[in-house]
Amino acid sequence: MINEKTAPALNIKDLCVAYQQEGEWWEAVHEVSLQIQPGEIYGLVGESGSGKTTLALAVLRYLGKNGMIRQGKIELSGVDLVQLQPAEMRKLWGHQMALIPQNPQSSLNPAMRVGDQIAEVYRHTQDMETGEARHKAVEMLREVNIPDPGRVTLSYPHQLSGGMQQRVLIAMALSSNPSLLILDEPTTNLDVTTQATILDLLRSLIEQRQTAALYITHNLAVVAQMCRRAGVLYAGRLVEEAFINELFARPLHPYTQGLLESMPRLGDHKDSVRLRAIEGRAPVFGDIPSGCVFRPRCPIANEICETNPPLSVLPEGRKVRCHRWEVSLNEAGRSHLPDGRSDRNTTEKHQLQPLLSLEGVSVHYPLKRSLREVVRREPKRAVRAVEGMDLKILSGQTLGLVGESGSGKSTLARATLGVVDKTAGTIELLGIQLPDKLSRRTLDTLRKVQSVFQNPEEALNPYLTVGEILQRPMMTLLGWSRQEAIGRVPDLLRAVRLPAMYAERLPTQLSGGEKQRVAIARASAAKPNLLICDEPVSALDVSVQASILNLLEDLQAEHGNSLLFISHDMAVVGFLADTIAVIYLGELVEIAETGDLFKSPYHPYTEALLSAIPGTKVESRRVAAPLVGEIPSPIEKPGGCPFHSRCPRLVGEICKRQPPPWQSQQGSSKRYLCHIPWEELQAQQGDIQGFEISRG
Amino acid sequence: MATHTGAAPSRGRRFVSQLRRLYAVPTAAFGTTVFVLFLALALLGPWIAPYGANQQDYQGARMAPSSLHWFGTDHLGRDVFSRVLLGAGEILWLSGGGTLLAVLCGTAIGLLSGYLGGWLDELIMRLFDSLLALPALLLALLMLGILGASAWSVLIVMVVVYTPIVARVVRSVVLSVKTRGFVEAARLQGESLGWILFREILPSVLPTLAVETAVRFSYGIFLVASLGFLGVGVQPPSPNWGLMVKEARQTISQTPWALYYPAGAISILVIGVNLMADGLKRIFQTRHD
Repeated sequence: MINEKTAPALNIKDLCVAYQQEGEWWEAVHEVSLQIQPGEIYGLVGESGSGKTTLALAVLRYLGKNGMIRQGKIELSGVDLVQLQPAEMRKLWGHQMALIPQNPQSSLNPAMRVGDQIAEVYRHTQDMETGEARHKAVEMLREVNIPDPGRVTLSYPHQLSGGMQQRVLIAMALSSNPSLLILDEPTTNLDVTTQATILDLLRSLIEQRQTAALYITHNLAVVAQMCRRAGVLYAGRLVEEAFINELFARPLHPYTQGLLESMPRLGDHKDSVRLRAIEGRAPVFGDIPSGCVFRPRCPIANEICETNPPLSVLPEGRKVRCHRWEVSLNEAGRSHLPDGRSDRNTTEKHQLQPLLSLEGVSVHYPLKRSLREVVRREPKRAVRAVEGMDLKILSGQTLGLVGESGSGKSTLARATLGVVDKTAGTIELLGIQLPDKLSRRTLDTLRKVQSVFQNPEEALNPYLTVGEILQRPMMTLLGWSRQEAIGRVPDLLRAVRLPAMYAERLPTQLSGGEKQRVAIARASAAKPNLLICDEPVSALDVSVQASILNLLEDLQAEHGNSLLFISHDMAVVGFLADTIAVIYLGELVEIAETGDLFKSPYHPYTEALLSAIPGTKVESRRVAAPLVGEIPSPIEKPGGCPFHSRCPRLVGEICKRQPPPWQSQQGSSKRYLCHIPWEELQAQQGDIQGFEISRG
Repeated sequence: MATHTGAAPSRGRRFVSQLRRLYAVPTAAFGTTVFVLFLALALLGPWIAPYGANQQDYQGARMAPSSLHWFGTDHLGRDVFSRVLLGAGEILWLSGGGTLLAVLCGTAIGLLSGYLGGWLDELIMRLFDSLLALPALLLALLMLGILGASAWSVLIVMVVVYTPIVARVVRSVVLSVKTRGFVEAARLQGESLGWILFREILPSVLPTLAVETAVRFSYGIFLVASLGFLGVGVQPPSPNWGLMVKEARQTISQTPWALYYPAGAISILVIGVNLMADGLKRIFQTRHD
């Protein structure tokens, strides 16, 4: 389909982009060259701060006032964009190039019906009459698979879900048939099931229209699924470029290798695999190392790396910017742990004491009634975030909690912590009932349950030094004097692999990963029995994620604490958890020990979650349709099975009427909530097929 | 904090660096200079004023500005320059003191009300709403009618008028800060209410509070002068600028200078403080970006 001989749609040559900060110019993109053919999706992978969005903005000529293209060419269908005047650029925007941004909510005008917003593109780019443009908008929405497009054109953005909003933006971007489409993390804010459908849609539309697409993301799995070729960006330099299969099978640059190995794959477990984190932190503006930019973090760097590495062009269209790529290929390898490591797991599960047990826990957030509702005596309504949850965490074990956003994972964690009141049920810690209110809990109870938050940026008080932050839990929870607490701070920092001098720093001087380490150090300072981690790595870069996961595991091995680990990422949960609970609409639908969870049969929801992971397929004897629709509102929950409104394996009326029973079988720790019995479901489903990264 | 030196700049040094940034904005530099100048004049006034505030020159009433009386004399023969100088102290301490007291009360109430929430918050806020529904000057007049006119009454009026405004501003910041992870972490660590309010939340409120204080201060100067002008605040023969304007108004055709100089002093000081507040706002806003 794609002919390498034809002229590329986009040709970037030696592009350098710089930003001005406090009077000085810093280069954010350095000598990047790449070509994209019509109909090709080119993936640009990089972590935050690598310059990938800057590159996209430069191509669009949409840099801020403090940004400047210092040198290089950006040719779109043979025209050098760098030479164009702003007025000429304006004519290209929407016509020849379009952007699909990361955050659909802030990209749509909240005060304008979406139909009018799409029609605006037609009116602007093709001088259409309003009526015709509206008609075209409906057609375009149909093309992006929006059901009932006529009705949707009349809605306002806030009435649509995130996935629908993203479809609207896709419709807008493609409405003028641009020759270049720039996608900046278009699915990052979406749930994995929605992401899967959006990715499918994007791929087929781009192929159909022969658009050249620049796909920017930090997610390697998405690149693997979507792109034909990909480039890896690090500190503004393109360090490697290759066809997808090659890149994943034989990464040449040590950074690419690090990225691939730091990502847990579905089925990886802490007992058998040690994630290889990339040490150190990505260089920041004004602090770019001389020579090879990756040198300070590179495991195989030597003296030669102090000089600028050349871009080696290899056969099969590969490029790599590394002095030692031939060496790096040999030394790479994922550290598989010897079997002996799983020692601590051989203790029989039934001998372990339950540390925390939840019985029938429900959390409802009551809705305020309007005056009319009060007068009409309508029943009080509530958001039923968690409903009748039974869970146990054994001491020293990790329970993973998975589900889409809105499934009630965080609410459950917050009820356990005591920051949200539960409506019903009991929460017992070591056999003692916990009071709902935080203020009623004793210091000792507080000490036993600590928490690590999702967003490291908000987890630390920006006005206290790291040392002061770490002293506090020891002073309040353990009753130590300030002197004693100060004395322990270096130990805490060492435990989370930070140098002792960090005690004097302020949080603003730390990177995201370092902040999360400090947050973990604070949470574990008073030796809690249970550490609740609510999406602790989702805000972090891939290379940093691995080190945090390793750290949580090490701390657990050392202190023997239990973990309640919440994540939307199946692979991450699968890596860390001993037992995994899948929840949907606030209800437990499946629970199993990690090894058993990835074996069929699965609850249809679990199946959907697993098969939605980019690059993963669940072998299916009866092909299940992808999940349709959105997660229903927890205010008006469907009766019967909570999942029936979206279930691809719906049996019939029974699912809508009767609450399903638990299905289980001898020899498996798995149980799931479904009307379909074990053997029957097993006959329909197969095993998971993850994308394999075999080394040549 | 003495144990923590090194990587993190000390709080004192950070203050100095922020002052330096204040001087990087031209308008703010101008405003700050004006304010500092007035402050210096107020402090030095008693020593550099050529005459006493109420010292009368019976031969020289209603004299135009001259080398003897730089700003002229008023209808009672008092030296306008000396009175403006000596009045600076009074207006600055009244408006400054009133603002500070209001900021203290407002911060305490705003922190507590915002953090605790619930019916207490509701009660306090509705009460403040009703206070804010009245124009500040009207409320001040009402209160002075009850309290009687004196410098102390003016101080109390300022506290009552400005506390609700400051409390609202503080509360709005508290509402956004209290949902952040570090406040929740502090609660889970069993920190006391005092620690959470003053060590965890207050520092994040300070930038906004600094701006608000400067804005309140400029309004305060205006309020003190207005009350003097209306004759319900500080009483004669005090050299209050507002009072001076009021007295000179009756003889405006004969002694216009006796009106222009105190009125000019009020305007320049208010503009200066306003520009300073604007500069503070800019500094803190750019830091958030």
